[in-house]
Amino acid sequence: MIIKTRKEIPSSEITPEAVYRDRRKFLKSSLAVGAGGTGLLTSALNAQTGDALFARAPADINLASKPDWLVEKAAARTEAPASGPFNTDEELTPFDDVSTYNNFYEFGTGKDDPARNARDFSIEPWTVKVEGECAKPGSYSLEDILKPHTFEERVFRLRCVEAWSMVIPWVGFSLGDLLKRFEPTGDANYVQFDTLVDSEQMPAQRSRFATIDWPYQEGLRMDEAMHPLATIATGLYNDILPAQNGAPLRLVVPWKYGFKSIKSIVAIRFTKTMPNNTWRDLQASEYGFYANVNPQVSHPRWSQASERRLPTSLFMPRRIDTMMFNGYADEVASLYDGMDLRRFY
Amino acid sequence: MSFLAKPAIFLLCLAPGAYLAYAVYLAFTGGENLLGPDPAQFLSLETGEWAIRLLILSLAITPLRYLFNWPVLFRFRRMIGLFAYFYVCMHLLVFLMFLLQWQWGDIGTEIAERPFITIGFAAFIILTPLAATSLNIAQRKLGRNWKRLHRLTYAASILGALHVIWIVRSSYFDAVLYGGVVALLLGYRLLRKYSKAVQQFSLLK
Repeated sequence: MIIKTRKEIPSSEITPEAVYRDRRKFLKSSLAVGAGGTGLLTSALNAQTGDALFARAPADINLASKPDWLVEKAAARTEAPASGPFNTDEELTPFDDVSTYNNFYEFGTGKDDPARNARDFSIEPWTVKVEGECAKPGSYSLEDILKPHTFEERVFRLRCVEAWSMVIPWVGFSLGDLLKRFEPTGDANYVQFDTLVDSEQMPAQRSRFATIDWPYQEGLRMDEAMHPLATIATGLYNDILPAQNGAPLRLVVPWKYGFKSIKSIVAIRFTKTMPNNTWRDLQASEYGFYANVNPQVSHPRWSQASERRLPTSLFMPRRIDTMMFNGYADEVASLYDGMDLRRFY
Repeated sequence: MSFLAKPAIFLLCLAPGAYLAYAVYLAFTGGENLLGPDPAQFLSLETGEWAIRLLILSLAITPLRYLFNWPVLFRFRRMIGLFAYFYVCMHLLVFLMFLLQWQWGDIGTEIAERPFITIGFAAFIILTPLAATSLNIAQRKLGRNWKRLHRLTYAASILGALHVIWIVRSSYFDAVLYGGVVALLLGYRLLRKYSKAVQQFSLLK
């Protein structure tokens, strides 16, 4: 019998969400007062990341090593706008929950398996292969991929198809800005992504009982991929991504169910026809290609009308109504004009 | 020492439930969180796993008794079966109370429209009269029918295994494990019924 107990992090080490937000405000105002050039801004932010309020043991990030340049870029991110779709005033899900409650089947089936099994995950070196209908295919290093982009904080709701949700302050930039650099051709109607296959580092890929035919794959229609809300995330809270959250780069498509937001990307492929995506390949009656959050279309296993906002509690549960397109309908509904969303789920 | 066996097994069967009850008590009183960020889901999984494990264990008593020539095992069968029913009830209670929060409209929809919930609920219905007729007096009153009635465990365990198989996501492990063991235990009974060789076979004399 295995009774799982949660490793408790002393409350003194956790940055309360209110403090996290206030720090950002404080930083912004103090910078506004004393601001000179961007150099000052960067160094001030770097100094703040060393602050006890922000600090976490590197072990919490669960990586074999953290590239300095990436850590610096994450620290130098621009703050999320005060309003609009790139931010929300909903309560953030604490880092502890975001980093210990994961579906990342390469690292195991349980929600806490990834945090345990991804502990020494290595993201150095990391290569992303770019293929298919584009003018600049090739193998790109992580630096090639990420260096030209300015990182931003983007606070999004994440809605899992299993009817739970979180609010996460990501660090990243628009996927479209990355894709444009590879100059997709007129035939690039879709883009597909692969997760790393590395059974030495990803123990569940060695399992004989896996239902998934690795690599995990996901795809978007090109207009979805070019939408500014479609995000390449490279970090969350004040740091780079923990391995269990999809280091070193992952997709975040906030208006779609979480399984579309593929983690630890090693391939980007521009295609003419609709590409495979893992869950649809496994069970097309349950998972579609679009997978837009839609409270009116229930999944055979879960009603999608409401969701449990994590962390929730037994006696004061946070069960909230699910919003069409996860609350991003104003921004993305027009992408699906004229489509029957019951058919194209 | 054998008089200690029964209380020991009782405590072993009770332990997971006692731990979960303690965790729920802490959640109620605002103490340490042992249940994680999605406590209802966690409780539902844990109670469900213990229900199917104990149901399978109760089903394993007869084959083990014959294969190991170990009649004393029969002394524990009723207790283990009742514990299985206890965890099934807890599983259902967690589902109704914490996941659905007694939203009666949703409960009907969930049971009717989600096949894995329908068969899980059917297993609960089937096991209820078995638990209700577990006392010696019921056994005496029902006579030969008691045994017939309690063969419904076979149906309940098949439904329980299907309930697990139906929710397979990224791994077949649980489905293969629980489905496989139920198939073996029921298969042994079938063989034993029709084959003298199987009836006489024992690993220990």
